[in-house]
Amino acid sequence: MFWSVIESLPFVWRGLLVTLGAAALTVSMSLVAGLLLGTIVTYAPWPARIPVRLFSDLIRGIPILVLIFFVYYGLPVTGLNLNNFAAGVLAITLFSTAQVVEITRGSLQSLHHGQMEAAKAIGLNFPQRLTYVIFPQAVRRFLPPWINSVTDAVKGTALLSLVGIVDLMLAIQQVIGRTYAPMPLYVLGALIYFVINYSLSSLSRRLEARYAYIKE
Amino acid sequence: MLYHLNFGLIWKNIGKLEWGLLLSLELAVVAIAIGVVIGLGLALIYEQSSRPVRALVSLYVEFIRNVPLLLLVYLVFYGIPTVVDIRYDGVTSFLATLSLYAGAYLVEIFRAGLAAVPRGLTDAGRAIGLTPLQGFIHVRLPTMFRVILPSLSNTFVSLFKDTSVASVLAVPELTYGAQWINFNTFRIVEVYAVVTPMYLIAGYGILGALRLLERRFAVS
Repeated sequence: MFWSVIESLPFVWRGLLVTLGAAALTVSMSLVAGLLLGTIVTYAPWPARIPVRLFSDLIRGIPILVLIFFVYYGLPVTGLNLNNFAAGVLAITLFSTAQVVEITRGSLQSLHHGQMEAAKAIGLNFPQRLTYVIFPQAVRRFLPPWINSVTDAVKGTALLSLVGIVDLMLAIQQVIGRTYAPMPLYVLGALIYFVINYSLSSLSRRLEARYAYIKE
Repeated sequence: MLYHLNFGLIWKNIGKLEWGLLLSLELAVVAIAIGVVIGLGLALIYEQSSRPVRALVSLYVEFIRNVPLLLLVYLVFYGIPTVVDIRYDGVTSFLATLSLYAGAYLVEIFRAGLAAVPRGLTDAGRAIGLTPLQGFIHVRLPTMFRVILPSLSNTFVSLFKDTSVASVLAVPELTYGAQWINFNTFRIVEVYAVVTPMYLIAGYGILGALRLLERRFAVS
């Protein structure tokens, strides 16, 4: 039974690479989109705010699995044919973006409005105010919850196995289909996910402790 | 575009979605009920115990929180019956998994809640002659629940959304109903156009109702 686990390792490794690749794509795209939309939702006038708010509440209100199925099975109907990897990553990116929007908004709103006013008073324009005054202070509020959202993204990629992407989860399922040894492989998979996510969440806790001295 | 919307086939199968929504809600309610028992129990054990026991509780919490729910669902349904002589159907197995999952998140919430009860309050309880058990039931527990109610509501709604994972065990909840209609009628856009609002209305509806409850019990 344990020999079959050893033999399956190269296959599981390839699955792990797919999981990490999907997570890296999701995290980087959602970081860019989420920061942008989060800044809009905090500072833009209401006509720009409302669509972002709707997007964020809609995405966070439905299960991520439904979102994946909808993007994967539903988009081809509109004439846009994405392969399963692109569709799956797009769905998780949408989900993760909505989370980053909320984290960004939270960390920007946690700053005292006097910071913005002081920056205005010394004659900085809006991009300068964000770059030199707001973002450097907001980043310590942003990082810990953002890293937690990264672990959510990594865990979310396991659902990609349900649209046929051979990620870590499906690689394990396929090995079990051949070896009929479910328990050792599920435990192996759980350990791999645990190591990735636990290191991330400890990092998040360490940062939180590191920034704990800041009190307003 | 050659696609014509046709909701007829959705309405014909709407029962699958209605019963699915109901089952999703039931699963979430049972899971949070068992989860509260696990979470409160372990939070109290954590508070009273020595290092090795605390380490065990932390191990459980960290393991569950850092592994995808899907993998846990598979592990319990396909994995455990191969090592332990036990048999269960999809619903039971998923409920066990979701309860353990909820428990891990709730331990942290209860621990924070218990820590948030001011020391002076429990001391006051002792001063008026309450036994430790009475003090716990009449002073700590109610105060803690007021503090953690918002987190409990959020956990409940997020569990409700997590019930969608039960579809992989062919548990006929809402997402499974949607998948069934999707594969059998190919009215893909229509079925998700119906299911999405069902999740949204149920989720935000429950959240809104719980927020009212929170306001009723809010610490002024």
